[in-house]
Amino acid sequence: MDIFTQQLINGLVLGSIYALVALGYTMVYGILELINFAHGEVTMIGAMVALSVIGVLLGASPDLPGLMVVIAGLLVAIPACMALAFGIEKIAYRPLRKAPRLAPLITAIGVSIILQNVAMLVWGRQYVSFPAILPRGQHEILGAHITDLQIAIVVLSLLSMAGLWLLVEKTRLGRAMRATAQSKEVAELMGVNVDRVISYTFIIGAAIAAIAGVMVSAYYGLAHYYMGFMLGLKAFSAAVLGGIGNIAGAMLGGLLLGVIEALGAGYIGDLTGGFLGSHYQDVFAFLVLILVLVFRPSGLLGERVASRA
Amino acid sequence: MSLLSVHGLKVAYGGIQAVRGIDIEVAEGELVCLIGANGAGKSSTLKGIMGLAHPRGEVLLAGERLHKLPTHAIAARGLALVPEGRGVFGRLTVAENLDMGAYARRDRAGIQADLARAYDLFPRLAERRAQLAGTLSGGEQQMLAIARALMGRPRLLLLDEPSMGLAPLMVRKIYETIAMIAAEGVTLLLVEQNAHLALKVSQRAYVMESGEITLSGASAELAANPRVRAAYLGE
Ligand SMILES: Nc1ncnc2c1ncn2[C@@H]1O[C@H](COP(=O)(O)OP(=O)(O)OP(=O)(O)O)[C@@H](O)[C@H]1O
Ligand SMILES: [Mg+2]
Repeated sequence: MDIFTQQLINGLVLGSIYALVALGYTMVYGILELINFAHGEVTMIGAMVALSVIGVLLGASPDLPGLMVVIAGLLVAIPACMALAFGIEKIAYRPLRKAPRLAPLITAIGVSIILQNVAMLVWGRQYVSFPAILPRGQHEILGAHITDLQIAIVVLSLLSMAGLWLLVEKTRLGRAMRATAQSKEVAELMGVNVDRVISYTFIIGAAIAAIAGVMVSAYYGLAHYYMGFMLGLKAFSAAVLGGIGNIAGAMLGGLLLGVIEALGAGYIGDLTGGFLGSHYQDVFAFLVLILVLVFRPSGLLGERVASRA
Repeated sequence: MSLLSVHGLKVAYGGIQAVRGIDIEVAEGELVCLIGANGAGKSSTLKGIMGLAHPRGEVLLAGERLHKLPTHAIAARGLALVPEGRGVFGRLTVAENLDMGAYARRDRAGIQADLARAYDLFPRLAERRAQLAGTLSGGEQQMLAIARALMGRPRLLLLDEPSMGLAPLMVRKIYETIAMIAAEGVTLLLVEQNAHLALKVSQRAYVMESGEITLSGASAELAANPRVRAAYLGE
């Protein structure tokens, strides 16, 4: 088996999930210059809600087709996350819109801790496992394996990104979002209800996060109240890598980070003569974050220097 | 009845009183200007009318109370402000900027017609419609800002120093445009440092000093007033 190709595939799969979560960070940052640290937790809640729905459905009738059960879970998780993000913005961030930048940032960390604890109370401390109900076909390409699930993750991610891209570039709401990101005051003067546009931004990011949350729990076969923390940090690193505030950057940064991480994990043993194992793969995301912040703070596609966070 | 009536408008920033309870009237079809030195409170007045910067006092448009409304609702009622420094969306194309001007409108056919007219009026913008607005020259950005405001078919257009930072030739062009817009029946409230220009193009004028209106009247009379000549016309 070709390790390079295999890790490249694994990296692209993981990276497309990072990209989806990174989009939520970057869209909110683009409009509010706020790092919404609770976004990783919104992703986690998406996974948890979907798993609960899946559990209930399977409990009621175990013979339902697995794919339909998962889609049903996803269809509940998406609006649940949208409602959650709408509430978070309205209750926690909006009152601080004019406060010094540190206040909403600390609030975001607070919200994220609250969500973790709520999730722990509702779903417990144990890992919640993702039932093995999805098709598990495997295919061979270029000397490497790719599973049905991996293909589905990449395809669904690309569809979500394409949908978001169309929304932002081609619709009236998307234009209002871009205008608001450049100047809230002038956007208001054009008749844009800026508060509403900000709500939509959170809601859209949360819908995409719900998709990512379900996919990541399906991929690893489990979910956990703490999973949003690491996923969120990595997605945030991906957003910074691409240039925070830049939507294409988040997509590129996510995919790149996934690939860097997978290749790093695949070769770290060889590189360090067996001293470090593949469980050090998390190191790469933060290595990338640090290198970007030191050498190219505006990220790969960013125009503005992201030093004000 | 006036199209715009402002009563007791106040704008403050923290402890600084920028506008101290002023009254302004603009009749339908009129071109009125507001002149005054740097820091007199002219821009703050326009912002206050648009509901920005937490104004106090009354603003009525054809008798309808605007001062309780948020800015986007005021804009949707037919007030358009071309802000100081133009405020074009630099990372949107020229065409997208113009679309933003029509954001509050839903009449597609009317918007298309007005877009064609805007490109007619400003051929320069037509040539550059796919270009990012941030790459336009200062004069072109001013044209874009005015064209964008007109895309909302405003009942009242507020202009904040449209000549600022422009070369004389461009200033003349902008003022020809303003005269043309006024001739088409659009009501205008114009803020200017350049009192020469403003008093020439307008029918009535207000003079503002330290947040208060100190003089008002027909522009021709004010232009002849020795105090105005000394303070604002450099004589
Ligand atoms: N955002 C703000 N925060 C604090 N003070 C402000 C703000 N905007 C204006 N001011 C103050 O309010 C006063 C009036 O300012 P304003 O911009 O309305 O004047 P202006 O007449 O438009 O001046 P100019 O001709 O220079 O544009 C000034 O003293 C200014 O310093
Ligand atoms: Mg001013």
